[in-house]
Amino acid sequence: MSDPAVTHTDPQPGLTGFVSDWSSDKTAFKTASWGKAMIWIFLLSDTFIFSCFLIAYMTARMSTSEAWPNPSEVFALEIGGVHMPLILIAIMTFVLISSSGTMAMAVNFGYRRDRVKTTVLMLLTAVLGATFVGMQAFEWTKLISEGVRPWENPWGAPQFGSVFFMITGFHGTHVTIGVIFLLLMARKVWRGDFDTGKKGFFTSRKGRWEIVEITGLYWHFVDLVWVFIFALFYLW
Amino acid sequence: MAEAHMSPQTLAPAAHAEGQQHPIRLYLIVWFWLFVLSACSYAVDLLQFQGYLRWGLILMLMLGKAGLIIAVFMHMAWERLALSYAILVPPVLVLIFVVIMAFEADYTFFTRMEFFGASPAVPAPVVH
Repeated sequence: MSDPAVTHTDPQPGLTGFVSDWSSDKTAFKTASWGKAMIWIFLLSDTFIFSCFLIAYMTARMSTSEAWPNPSEVFALEIGGVHMPLILIAIMTFVLISSSGTMAMAVNFGYRRDRVKTTVLMLLTAVLGATFVGMQAFEWTKLISEGVRPWENPWGAPQFGSVFFMITGFHGTHVTIGVIFLLLMARKVWRGDFDTGKKGFFTSRKGRWEIVEITGLYWHFVDLVWVFIFALFYLW
Repeated sequence: MAEAHMSPQTLAPAAHAEGQQHPIRLYLIVWFWLFVLSACSYAVDLLQFQGYLRWGLILMLMLGKAGLIIAVFMHMAWERLALSYAILVPPVLVLIFVVIMAFEADYTFFTRMEFFGASPAVPAPVVH
């Protein structure tokens, strides 16, 4: 503290660092670039959106006097004559976790400036994400054909349908946007835009390798939201 | 002030301009644990645990998975506290919202039972 020069060049650790970072009258995030800080703040706002959805679901489920349909049975499938409760959702969960794993490795290879491995892993992530959306489309089709609507369903509380379509629909939209973003960024990585300093089509500015990690943060967040939806909506 | 005198070795490796370099092995281990925790969550449903055991296990496994994803995959463990607190503290306030809406839902349920003559129904069996 007595030597400002030290604070400036070598940020302090721990709580002292927390206080000095925020009270430094300069940029508070000493080691995170603006891109990273902004994606985190975006994700924080998205957290509130999904929190509102899940709290609305809790309120609807607690306040209804009709029985809530049993998700374990609603999402069961017959596979080869065997009755498997919640199996599709379990597979979707494993697919999305795997996509998070490949994304984490893509980010790692991105920082090693390994264009080929980064591109391949990002494309693999996009394929897994598209698989997830495909399975969700199948799930929606199945439930709609069984008579689930936002205002009614054959098994119990009518709010079940509206909560289901709203929450999984919003999450599926996030996954879809993530897949599109992954494909766009994979193309840039493959073409070497971040090494040659090629300017972006929309931004007219040079891209940076860091965008791989920013894309990764968004993708992991989508996986993170699914963890909560899986636990609170499908398992509860 | 104690933190200021710690030797550099004891500090968490800070994220720097070059980005983060961790061994791939770390990601594979976390991936493995996410699989195990997910399998456990699914087992909670398969084994038909009920009541507080079910809720407790579901919430613990959920928070475990969320923690692994945020800390390692999203690199929050290596960020400075200035960023971590800015992002992680606000969602905690959501818990207050949860409590408020739980009271509200209880009240709505009460009015439905008391004034609309509703009675808790048994769910219709699911037929595919």
